[in-house]
Amino acid sequence: MFPFVFEWGWDVGRLIFMGLLYMVLGAIGFGLLYAFVMTWLKLTGRDRLYERLWLRFPFTLW
Amino acid sequence: MDAAFVPNAVQRCSLRTFALWMLVWLALVVWGLVSAFLCFYKGLNQTNMNHYFAFGLWIVFDLSLIALGAGAFFTGFLTHIIGNVFIYPFVKSLKAIIKPAVVIGFICYSAAIAMLGVDIGQPLRGWFIFWHANVHSMLTEVSFCITVYLGVLTIEYLPIILSNRKLKEVPELNIFGNNLHHMVALFAAAGTFLSFFHQGSLGGMFGVLFGRPFAFREGFLIWPWTFFLFIHSSIAAGPSFTLLCVWIAQKATGKKLVKDSVLIVLAKISGWLLATYIVLKIMDTVGWAYGVVPKAGLSFIDFYQGTYGVWLMVAEIGVFGIIPAIILITPSLRERSGLVIIGAAMNVTGIVLNRFVFAIQTLAIPVMPFDTFMSYIPTWQEWGIALGSIGYGIMVFSLSYRYLPLFPQEAELNPVTVLGKGVTDFGVVKRG
Repeated sequence: MFPFVFEWGWDVGRLIFMGLLYMVLGAIGFGLLYAFVMTWLKLTGRDRLYERLWLRFPFTLW
Repeated sequence: MDAAFVPNAVQRCSLRTFALWMLVWLALVVWGLVSAFLCFYKGLNQTNMNHYFAFGLWIVFDLSLIALGAGAFFTGFLTHIIGNVFIYPFVKSLKAIIKPAVVIGFICYSAAIAMLGVDIGQPLRGWFIFWHANVHSMLTEVSFCITVYLGVLTIEYLPIILSNRKLKEVPELNIFGNNLHHMVALFAAAGTFLSFFHQGSLGGMFGVLFGRPFAFREGFLIWPWTFFLFIHSSIAAGPSFTLLCVWIAQKATGKKLVKDSVLIVLAKISGWLLATYIVLKIMDTVGWAYGVVPKAGLSFIDFYQGTYGVWLMVAEIGVFGIIPAIILITPSLRERSGLVIIGAAMNVTGIVLNRFVFAIQTLAIPVMPFDTFMSYIPTWQEWGIALGSIGYGIMVFSLSYRYLPLFPQEAELNPVTVLGKGVTDFGVVKRG
């Protein structure tokens, strides 16, 4: 799963499989982090920054 | 007593009635927990699985739950991805059903993973499959995807939980729930990607069994045809299962929870997907009978003997495949409320039968000249865990229905009036 696990090898199969996994985990992590940060901005009264960072779907997603 | 937690402008049964209802399903859960305890304490000798049947009732339930839970990702994909990017005429209808679809998906996946936790025998070593991942194994891919997808479903379920009337009063939770919901398209995209691969790999897992010609299939690049057929069948059955669950909820509560047009849209989507799936499944079966079977030096009838006769194929493709497809794609038939439910139920049964055939019949067929056709009957412990998952699902759905605004059309379809005036907040009517 990680390069420091003993059976890891830098082969194409592993890079594709793990690459896609970490890409999806990254996207999910980004979504969660964004929700946490935006909540913190709103709760601490940073409304201007909150408005600037507000993503408008679908254009920003694609 | 719990009135403060009930969503606005809707009515719920008394807490006593609700507790009695929950007690029935709790009994199933307790049966499941006792069975799980026995399996952990005494081992898998509590089951009738053996060297022939490494997959048993739990895997049939797992495969079925995962296929039926596909309603969550597919409805999410149509609503949040297709609906946001393209002009999609059904988006409004699907938005009325997306919350229950997410809850059903969450229930299906969490129950399936809990069952797998018992099935692997030593759950304390369950993390091995992640840590020492064999990236060439379909099963590894399934393990990664269903686990991560359960995480996605939990994230999608969270804003629904946080929309509870009391939780909404906490500003931190309310704002966080709204922000999380704002990102739902991203989570829906991740869920679609994960679902596509694990639904497919569940089928691919059987298709690559070179030594078992009943399941083995040729395919496209590294993926056998079963990979694509499993994806297709799950997105065909998922919306039908959602429709069926909503209909059961309507019957149990005695209320109309969504407009009929919403159920018709689900039936239409499900019907066309089922119809195209059945055409491909028939082509696959004919290709298998004239390709894989003679190459293995066997004949078609060698695979259908004893309990697992040809009737299984007739039931799976004919009775529970072609007939529901005709019902669900024919407007005059699907618009009859009784027939649409029968069509959806038959569709769901057909997919469960398909998963049963792949998991059990594949293993029942002899692979050595000295082997005979085997059969498998689950023990009460196996039934306990499988039925316990159903009890758990009904309990979670009932709690969600009671305390969360799952059905946005419910208040409009069941107006609550007190002293002749409509109530928009629970029990509050302004006089004069």
